[in-house]
Amino acid sequence: MSTSVDRFDERARREAERVGQTVVHRGELLRHPVYTRVLHWLVALSFILALLSGFAIYSPWLFKFLTPLFGGGPTTRLLHPWFGLFFTIFFFFQFLNWFTPMVWTGDDTRWLKRIKEYTTNKEKTEPGYVGFFNGGQKVYFWAIVISAVLFLITGLLMWFDELTPRWVVAVSYVVHDIAALIMLGGFIVHLYEGTAAAPGTFRSMINGTVTNKWAWTHHPAWYRAVTGRDPQESYEREQRRQADRERAVAEWEREQDRREQV
Amino acid sequence: MTNPQVFQIQEISAHPGPVPGRGTQRAVEVCKYIDVSTCIGCKACEVACVEWNDHTFRETTFNDTYQTMPSTEWNYWNLIKFAEDERDGNLMWLMRKDQCMHCEDPGCLRACPADGAIIKYENGIVDFQQDNCIGCGYCISGCPFDIPKFNEKTKKVYKCTLCSDRVGQGLEPACIKACPTGCLHFGTKEDMVQIAGLRAQQLREHSGFANAGVYNPESIKGTHVIYVLHDIQNPERYGLPKTPVIPPSYTIWKWLAKPAGLLMAGLGVLAVVFHRVAVGPRVPQPEDPAVIEPQPDPVAAKREEQP
Repeated sequence: MSTSVDRFDERARREAERVGQTVVHRGELLRHPVYTRVLHWLVALSFILALLSGFAIYSPWLFKFLTPLFGGGPTTRLLHPWFGLFFTIFFFFQFLNWFTPMVWTGDDTRWLKRIKEYTTNKEKTEPGYVGFFNGGQKVYFWAIVISAVLFLITGLLMWFDELTPRWVVAVSYVVHDIAALIMLGGFIVHLYEGTAAAPGTFRSMINGTVTNKWAWTHHPAWYRAVTGRDPQESYEREQRRQADRERAVAEWEREQDRREQV
Repeated sequence: MTNPQVFQIQEISAHPGPVPGRGTQRAVEVCKYIDVSTCIGCKACEVACVEWNDHTFRETTFNDTYQTMPSTEWNYWNLIKFAEDERDGNLMWLMRKDQCMHCEDPGCLRACPADGAIIKYENGIVDFQQDNCIGCGYCISGCPFDIPKFNEKTKKVYKCTLCSDRVGQGLEPACIKACPTGCLHFGTKEDMVQIAGLRAQQLREHSGFANAGVYNPESIKGTHVIYVLHDIQNPERYGLPKTPVIPPSYTIWKWLAKPAGLLMAGLGVLAVVFHRVAVGPRVPQPEDPAVIEPQPDPVAAKREEQP
């Protein structure tokens, strides 16, 4: 990264924080600042538009379903490259924004090796080495980076096909499809993991915050880094507190029952 | 175009004897046969094409040859290609009328993603329906003969129709009508292949062109425009590909890999839905309210009760 890009990135971050705001309540942690959230939804919007318009052209079985969303076949064809271009531009900024936390480490390899335990929910909390992003998130990020590059190159070749030899267009068509299928697969998992699979995650991209409990459950190393507390200790402390609360409530209920009888 | 065979009577009630006209209907597949050995490069076919299709005259491009322009254009579907070649140390001036070949296995149609933008009639004519065209240009890369051309203004692709409007009315294509030397022929595919074969034989046996033959490439299951060439071994000399092929992107990939990819994506959606239903979410720990004891399953308990 050159310094000029770094500076531009920094300025955009500051501006986003100045215009927008993130309210962190008690028991919560800041996960995604305004700049990241705005970028995420710009990427998401342009990606979904590109995905729907692209899959309209991808398959004859989807053509009649998806082209009406964009005002018919010709406008779908006209808009798709622009959606794609905007997606690539927005994602480029997200790439700069997230490059550092997304760097692959040995812990991510360890994480990937226990993907089976992760998907079957065998352990209630993540291992202590899982940082700001886990291995799966990093795989998705780098898959997008590679796909975005492929999309851009093959997309431009097909967009300006009068300058491209015939066989290059034909090869680009296949590569563009492969990138799209990788993205679609990742997108399905991403949607699921960000909403139904892990409650408390979606708000991190809306409000920008997550609860402490969420943090030590899913990203213990990150929790340790931002709070300075041991995730396991915090977790056990919360467990004890919860047990105490339960006992107190039970005690109070028994007391109420006794009074009613009197 | 109405298929004439559709309205050929098959049976008649209480009618003694054979059905009138039965079996007299000839093959419906049409074909244009171009004998390059008798073409004089007069360009009458080019003019007839522009006139019949009501195209505006476009500016010609002069590049030190007799050729009107480098290649066919969106509103110039018929072009004589001139090539200067050598034979036995002498100049051989090759003239070939270039236009859509109306392939039996059309690459443009295979590549097209828009419903109904390219159709192929029973008689073999491949026709573009600009109303349904979305202007993606895939047909251009699907065509082995570089025929479909994009119009920047209308954002649609155009090419020779083999005068499907004329053929539908029982007329020959405009280019055929204009040809003064009779090097252009039009008829059923069967007849054209036969007379082209005879002409090639004549060239081989009487005119000293030992390699003369009919260009009707098998790699795309034949074409509905066929040539007689002086040298069938080297169609490249006339600017024709020896083995025209449709890129596998528009055949195997489009009809096998693409649906397979979609199917996998569909299975992926099902997988996450049933993962949520069966395995459940990862809830921040400790769960609130804390799980005290596993709840008994009332249905299983009932089942146990019964003998």
